[in-house]
Amino acid sequence: MTMRALASDLPIVLQDVSHQVRGVAVLAGVSLTIAPGAPTVVIGPNGAGKTTLLRVMMGLIGPSAGVVTWGGRTAVSATRRAIVLQRPTMLRRSAAANIRYALGSAGIARAQWPARTEYLLALVGLADLSERPARRLSGGEQQRLALARALARDPEVMLLDEPTASLDPAATRAIEDVVRTVAASRIKVVMATHDLGEARRLAGDVVFMHHGRVIENAPAATFFDHPSTSEARRFLAGEQLD
Amino acid sequence: MDGNASALQLVFSADPALMQIVALSLAVSLTAVLCAAIIGLPLGAWIALTRFPGREAGIVVLNALMGLPPVVVGLLVYLLLSRSGPLGSWGLLFTPGAMVIAQTILVAPVIAALARQTIEDLWVEYRDELAAMAIGPARRVATLLWDARFSLLTALLAGFGRAAAEVGAIIIVGGNIDGFTRTMTTAIALETSKGDLPLAMGLGLVLIAVIIVVNALAWAARRAGERFVG
Repeated sequence: MTMRALASDLPIVLQDVSHQVRGVAVLAGVSLTIAPGAPTVVIGPNGAGKTTLLRVMMGLIGPSAGVVTWGGRTAVSATRRAIVLQRPTMLRRSAAANIRYALGSAGIARAQWPARTEYLLALVGLADLSERPARRLSGGEQQRLALARALARDPEVMLLDEPTASLDPAATRAIEDVVRTVAASRIKVVMATHDLGEARRLAGDVVFMHHGRVIENAPAATFFDHPSTSEARRFLAGEQLD
Repeated sequence: MDGNASALQLVFSADPALMQIVALSLAVSLTAVLCAAIIGLPLGAWIALTRFPGREAGIVVLNALMGLPPVVVGLLVYLLLSRSGPLGSWGLLFTPGAMVIAQTILVAPVIAALARQTIEDLWVEYRDELAAMAIGPARRVATLLWDARFSLLTALLAGFGRAAAEVGAIIIVGGNIDGFTRTMTTAIALETSKGDLPLAMGLGLVLIAVIIVVNALAWAARRAGERFVG
């Protein structure tokens, strides 16, 4: 083990980050610090730039302008970060084989695979479905498997892109329980959602985005009780933002 | 009708000469498909995942090579392997080995072209996820080939169909030597020109039956795979 491998990816610092796709600004001058602690929940209407923000934090997208640093370093390989995409792709293998694949990709020693796989499947409540083809799982089960697969990387930071979108209340609760467990195990969770109830239930602090900008960034209690911008007040009141 | 009757008789009596011809045909074509798969699957995957200058033209050429005329391939392999050719010292001309080489050349573009399409479609679906897991290029190819395995079976079947049905290449490089390089297709060509239509007809029926059986097995494997792997 070198010092490099042990160095932390936190805090993730974005300085004046912009990203354009075909001339359209998806992120516009975002400055943000993601520090260790309770989950950071990114909220905002569709098209606010939440997904792009998470992808930039993961390092999947190099921004058009601005600087991203992970623990003070640029261009850090994503070995200590994991992301659950909004529509995770299940590999055409069993649930357990999906986990093993992620363990292999993260360079975990093969001898540890059986125990880690069992542990992770149990953590997300899929122990009984380990040999089920992943693509035969329900939507909620697939999301939980995606969480387990991300956790297989033994991440320090876990980025979740609307993990409960289009799930029923029971499946949503199961996902949120896993997220709480993850957060309690000192993994930094950054989660995008447009579900305000979920944001209230999980957030330690809130990043409120609109039109590619961070409008507010505050502790959850402050944001929900005393939003400081009119956009946030209207969003919290359930109004359409234009 | 008389011809058909004696054709069936040959088949059901498991005539040893006939069985030998069937066995050689299967051995040559299946070996060629195996060799072509070893070349064509990684090649198709590589083209699917790589952007390079002239890629589009390369794909057009690859697709066109699916229609490579067997007699031309036979002629080229003949020239390569003939005593005065560059590979003449191998002594392969008029052996089953030469037939395997010719059919491999015919089948590899079919497998590569169909694999390219299959892998490229799967890649669209997998790209973000594999990027998120930081999967390197070699593992990416292996992952896509493995996860597309049941679809790729169709590419292998198309290749087998082409190999098993062709006569132009193997009759040139194999020579249709009785008991050594005679296959179902070359025998049908020979017996037809000799006028032994019952034998030709019997061989034709066996050939079609063999192709149906191979496809049925592959179909069953694919269905079972989809059921158990999803």
